[in-house]
Amino acid sequence: MNGYWPSATTEGREVDVLLLALLLVSCAVLALVFGLILLYMIRYRAGSGVSRGERSHKTWRFEISWTAATLAIFFGLFIWGGDLYVRLFQPPADALQIYVVGKQWMWKVEHQGGQREINALHIPINRPIQLVMTSEDVIHDFAVPAFRIKHDVLPGRYQTLWFQVDRIGVFQLFCTQLCGVGHYTMTGEVVAMSQPDFENWLASGAAPEGHEDMAAAGKDLFTAHGCSGCHGEGGVGGSPETTGIAAPALSGLYGRSVKLQTGATVTADDKFIRDCILTPDKTPVAGYPLIMPSFAGQISEEKVLRLIAYIKSLKSGSRT
Amino acid sequence: MTHSAAHVSYLEDGHTLRSWLLTTDHKRIAILYLVAITFFFFAGGVAAFLMRYNLISSHGLLGSAETYNRLFSMHGILMVWVFLVPAVPVTLGNFLTPLMLGARDLAFPPLNLLSWYLFIVAGFVALYAVVAGGVDTGWTFYTPLTSLYSKGHVVAAFIAIFIAGFSSIATGLNFIVTIHKLRAPGMGWYKMPVFLWSLYATSVILVLATPVLAMTLLLVAFERIFGIGVFDPAIGGDPLLFQHLFWFYSHPAVYVMILPGFGVISEIVPAFSRKELFGYKFIVWASIAIAVIGFLVWGHHMFVAGTSLFSAIVFSLLSYMVAVPSAIKVFNWIGTMHKGYIHFDSPMLYAIGFIGLFTTGGLTGLFVAALAADVHLTQTYFVVAHFHYVMVGGMVSAYFAGLHFWWPKITGRLYPEMWGRAGAITIFVGFNLTFFPQFVLGYLGMPRRYFAYPQQFEALNLLSSAGAVVLAIGYLLPLGYLTWSLLYGDRASANPWGATGLEWSTPSPPPTENFAVTPIVTQAPYQYEQPEAVIHE
Repeated sequence: MNGYWPSATTEGREVDVLLLALLLVSCAVLALVFGLILLYMIRYRAGSGVSRGERSHKTWRFEISWTAATLAIFFGLFIWGGDLYVRLFQPPADALQIYVVGKQWMWKVEHQGGQREINALHIPINRPIQLVMTSEDVIHDFAVPAFRIKHDVLPGRYQTLWFQVDRIGVFQLFCTQLCGVGHYTMTGEVVAMSQPDFENWLASGAAPEGHEDMAAAGKDLFTAHGCSGCHGEGGVGGSPETTGIAAPALSGLYGRSVKLQTGATVTADDKFIRDCILTPDKTPVAGYPLIMPSFAGQISEEKVLRLIAYIKSLKSGSRT
Repeated sequence: MTHSAAHVSYLEDGHTLRSWLLTTDHKRIAILYLVAITFFFFAGGVAAFLMRYNLISSHGLLGSAETYNRLFSMHGILMVWVFLVPAVPVTLGNFLTPLMLGARDLAFPPLNLLSWYLFIVAGFVALYAVVAGGVDTGWTFYTPLTSLYSKGHVVAAFIAIFIAGFSSIATGLNFIVTIHKLRAPGMGWYKMPVFLWSLYATSVILVLATPVLAMTLLLVAFERIFGIGVFDPAIGGDPLLFQHLFWFYSHPAVYVMILPGFGVISEIVPAFSRKELFGYKFIVWASIAIAVIGFLVWGHHMFVAGTSLFSAIVFSLLSYMVAVPSAIKVFNWIGTMHKGYIHFDSPMLYAIGFIGLFTTGGLTGLFVAALAADVHLTQTYFVVAHFHYVMVGGMVSAYFAGLHFWWPKITGRLYPEMWGRAGAITIFVGFNLTFFPQFVLGYLGMPRRYFAYPQQFEALNLLSSAGAVVLAIGYLLPLGYLTWSLLYGDRASANPWGATGLEWSTPSPPPTENFAVTPIVTQAPYQYEQPEAVIHE
């Protein structure tokens, strides 16, 4: 069990404390239940002459007390488990984002620098890591038991999972959502390295044939798929005068609020940009005609991620 | 009701195959069901045994992941829909409901027979799906794997479950109407045995939840056959929608499986403690509370599936709430044993085994209801162990407890008591050996539904598989001695256990018309007199 215990993350160790508390509560209740059953089996067996005394007819006092005790213990466990879950759910703002795409039956990982790996994830220690995950086909689940975390990876959505590892080591990675015949082969490893080693790995070890920064790769796609034809070079936006068509500016878009024709206001996050590319009719931006074609089926999930990386990299300003 | 000089037992009332296959007698239909579910139980059991064989080695001894995936899917589908959901209601429930109520039959006897035929058709369509090549999606049928990617006989399996659902609804409806309308004179609601209250709560769930499953399966079938986008995001659907709909049925279905078991245990513990049931009304209302809250906890299957933080917190809280009534029941059963005169006949041994294993299953439910703990434990062997403690350790033990308790009434024969006790103890030991190691495996991170697995998990898997051998022997024992007793067992008196309840006031086996004279009920149930009541010799 390479580095399984204690857990390699702070939150993982807290999960273990919670599990220990649950175990102790369970043992206490089991001791009570089995103890009383055994005691009564012996003491009140049919052949035993022990005095049974008065039979108690008023049961509600017992009922109220054990119901109240059960409720109190349960409520405590609920609060404990919920509080920790809320922290597991919300990543720190400065987390390093790494992209994960699941498909039958492999994990494909891409770093922001464009380094790609399969069934492996290299990370630096002592730094919050946020995985942005999606699937090309069915539902998978990215699980690292040594960190006590897992999350389903769904097609058509971006799910995130964050953790911060404080120990160098190699940890097992499993898919834990049945995804077909090869489900059991969809395993890999998470390699936690020191920051300098990680930087060396990024610089040399990852992709021997050379790799391109995700945003730079996205820029090429932006031109190749004709995005720039309407949205303008550098995503400055289009108008009948410049590109011949009114198209919203993409520079500075990321993280901003966008008003839709439905009246709703949404935040332009990864998922929103993905939807705009693949199902533009579902996210009609206020003030623009509905003419953007769907790119569903033409651009793989990995390329969408690169386009998003490019759009993220575009700073605001060039056009109002 | 008229007297006739000789009351013919329902078993003697016709010996032709036709007299069985066209009967509307609830007791004969119960026997038909008993034969059918015993068959399906062992079919599902063989699949489980082959899975445990496969997992002896980390490389997978069956040699094919496809075979393994089909086995665990078959095991789940058969055990859930044609064994666990119907088991107690259609056998013991069918046989006992009119007898416990002092009635002649269920409210709609022909509908009862129709339920059986639907059930048989469903069971054989399910077997066809298996023989034709099987299903590899697991019994949970998550989309879009099931709707678009699986190559198995998904639609056949769906037709089976769809038809079984109609059988469930018809049975549930029959019980609800019967309990409302056919209680003997004097039998107020609070004079009913707890078994009937449990069956009532179960029936309400069956009638309300099963249609949701039927609709869900239809939607998946539409997506699979016609490519209509409901669950697959590539064609405009939502994969999480399936999970919501599926668990909206399947979590209440868990209570469909366990509530009748609670009812059985609530009959047996007083009978063998020679003492009134402790906290009758609390046990009754705990069943109703479980049936109601059970509809509001489905989201706890989806804590890592991508639902919102808010929904996770609400479903976690509700999941703890639904555990409270179960805890109340356990304490009341123990309260019943307090100051009793406890006898250790086979039904009581199974019942005590039930309390222990169900409590363990329930307590490990607290682990997976705690959000952060669930993140680590869900989709691992911990969850497998947890629900087997509830479903097999709990429910199957309760079913066996009830079968042994009412066997003399049903068949008119006594089984060899020493063999009965040996069976109860073997099952208890084999069960724990099989499933306890799986809690540890789950904590260590071993995922479910893996045909082959990392070598570090091998020792515990070997232990679990060894336990499965003991458990299999445990289940074969009752099959042997109960069958034996049909031919060679001693004749049973009307009330061999000295138990209360109207079913014990009529001969064993009961006459076709159940009671010569409609009984009039004046007493609350479980009026056991201490201490000299005679247990059978």
